[in-house]
Amino acid sequence: MIEHAFRGSKKYWSWLLFLALIILAGFYFYMRQFSYGLGITGMSRNVSWGLYIAQFTFIVGVAASAVMVVLPYYLHDYKAFGKITILGEFLAISSVIMCMLFVFVDLGQPFRVLNIFLYPTFHSLMFWDVVALTGYLVLNVVITRVTLAAERNSIPPPKWIRPIIIISIPWAISIHTVTAFLFAGLAGRPFWLTAVLAPRFLASAFSAGPALLLLLCLLLRRLTNFDAGEEAIKKLGLIITYAMCVNVFLILMEFFTTFYSHIPEDAAHMQYLYFGLDGKARLAPWMWTSAILAIVSLAILLVPRARRNHRTLIVACIAVFLSIWIDKGLGLVITGFIPSPFGKVIQYWPTLPETLIAAGIWAIGVFFITIFYKMALSIRSELEA
Amino acid sequence: MSISRRTILKLAGLTALGVTAENYASAHAGSTTAKILSKAVGAGKRLTKSNLQQKVRLAMVVDLRKCVADQGCTKCIDVCNKAHNIPDFGDSKDAIKWIWKEPYENAFVDQENFYMRDEFRNKMVPVFCNNCDNPPCVEVCPTQATFQRPDGIVMMDWHRCIGCRYCMAACPYGSRSFNWRDPRPFIRDINPDYPTRMKGVVEKCTWCDERVDQGLLPLCVEACPEKAMVFGNLNDPNSEVRQLLKDNFSVRRKPGLGTSPEVYYLV
Repeated sequence: MIEHAFRGSKKYWSWLLFLALIILAGFYFYMRQFSYGLGITGMSRNVSWGLYIAQFTFIVGVAASAVMVVLPYYLHDYKAFGKITILGEFLAISSVIMCMLFVFVDLGQPFRVLNIFLYPTFHSLMFWDVVALTGYLVLNVVITRVTLAAERNSIPPPKWIRPIIIISIPWAISIHTVTAFLFAGLAGRPFWLTAVLAPRFLASAFSAGPALLLLLCLLLRRLTNFDAGEEAIKKLGLIITYAMCVNVFLILMEFFTTFYSHIPEDAAHMQYLYFGLDGKARLAPWMWTSAILAIVSLAILLVPRARRNHRTLIVACIAVFLSIWIDKGLGLVITGFIPSPFGKVIQYWPTLPETLIAAGIWAIGVFFITIFYKMALSIRSELEA
Repeated sequence: MSISRRTILKLAGLTALGVTAENYASAHAGSTTAKILSKAVGAGKRLTKSNLQQKVRLAMVVDLRKCVADQGCTKCIDVCNKAHNIPDFGDSKDAIKWIWKEPYENAFVDQENFYMRDEFRNKMVPVFCNNCDNPPCVEVCPTQATFQRPDGIVMMDWHRCIGCRYCMAACPYGSRSFNWRDPRPFIRDINPDYPTRMKGVVEKCTWCDERVDQGLLPLCVEACPEKAMVFGNLNDPNSEVRQLLKDNFSVRRKPGLGTSPEVYYLV
């Protein structure tokens, strides 16, 4: 199966080479971080989690979103997703790998990472998150391997794989719920201490993830002879619309509770995030960009004619993805620490090495997506030939 | 009002026994303290955290009325920094702090009073780890690198910590510091009797557990010229901390979170 990843056009190889260069740059800066310490990043005594954990949180959502194609296809026998289910699962695998790398580069003592398993601590959500992510990775590797092998041999997949696929559905929900619990259970961080955090995470995941998948499908159609099918594209568009509506709704819920209740500790974070506090507002322009992108995306998605038009649909998907990337992959995690437990506004911004390490991890993810999709599509086109 | 040597020894003995029972059971098996303890509790009886906890719950009382008088005084901080090999990065983003001073309004950020006693307005007050009864840092740590002794002290195992900083996110008091870089070049005079730390691990005040185990008071308590800090067993009704809390009005930092901080400030 893997042999297909080693055969490709010049374009394919130059793309991989390009990604490899970004990965190398990221690796170089990780080595520098490894020798100097995490002080090389913009994180501080007050903002002790930054871009790494924020990006981790965002990408867990992308990983979980595979369930939005797996569930209709396997549970409801929705045939139109037959062609893209494997793409969703491969996207999940690549995303989980990125998640693990983001947690890994965030560790002060990376060589001790196995202590999490040597001293399993059931009252720590970090332990459960690692368990959930590892399990999800294993599930998806097994599922893609078995279903793709069956497809290549033109036989139906073995029966025992079905229960495993069914388990992967609640498991996908669980990885993002547990990730939300990492934040939502901390009494001392009122910004995260909200019961809608997990639902919000799921809603944003189920819009940003399928938006990415839809963009990938349309890109594949342009680059290769693969066609996801008009019905699948339409249905994905609809899923994104619903999920994005729920996501925006839940964000507005946070606004209401925070500002109507007037509890100072709660309001201070939101105030900083959107309007600035003590004259400091580094994240505010980003959040307003996110808000405008969300409005633009909904303006397109909620109009059926605009949603069905591929050109406008692409704009909407990019807007959804970027809006949530800013909201979740930047604002949500960092603002939990601002203001500090002493009520002081000490800001954070990622440094260049930190940004390049993050870019390197993204490149690794895209690298995996590329070779996985190459494998899957090569097998398909071989069958058709 | 000073604690007699006898009281401290008693306190230390119990504390050491508690540690033996919980975390160092195997390491200390057969030691003298373990033997005394097994005699005291009854041979063959399993030592649980609760039956020891009833005897000792360490706590700190800080009399701010005495403390704020000399705003320039940093004796408690200096003696701690020196003894515990705390690096000096200045007040940079890499700063390591075990005990330090914050304005009253920042230390008690959730108890804002627009009109308050001038005595405390904008005055710097000492803050350090509260060694909470329900420490959220211990709850979230994925490796039990931070753990609670039966006498209440929240400990750090610098050899087990993976540096995920979940404890720093969980601490409502900003009591924890991370070694963002190698601290050793920034320690003025290394105290060979106390470990230095490596980069990538979290640390905090542990109420001088190493001294408490020897029957000594925490250094900050000892160093305070105003005797504004008092340390002792909260579960002993005759202890000085209990007497002070009985006779004075005290506040704690963010008591509403349910962490039960064990530093009491007299105001």
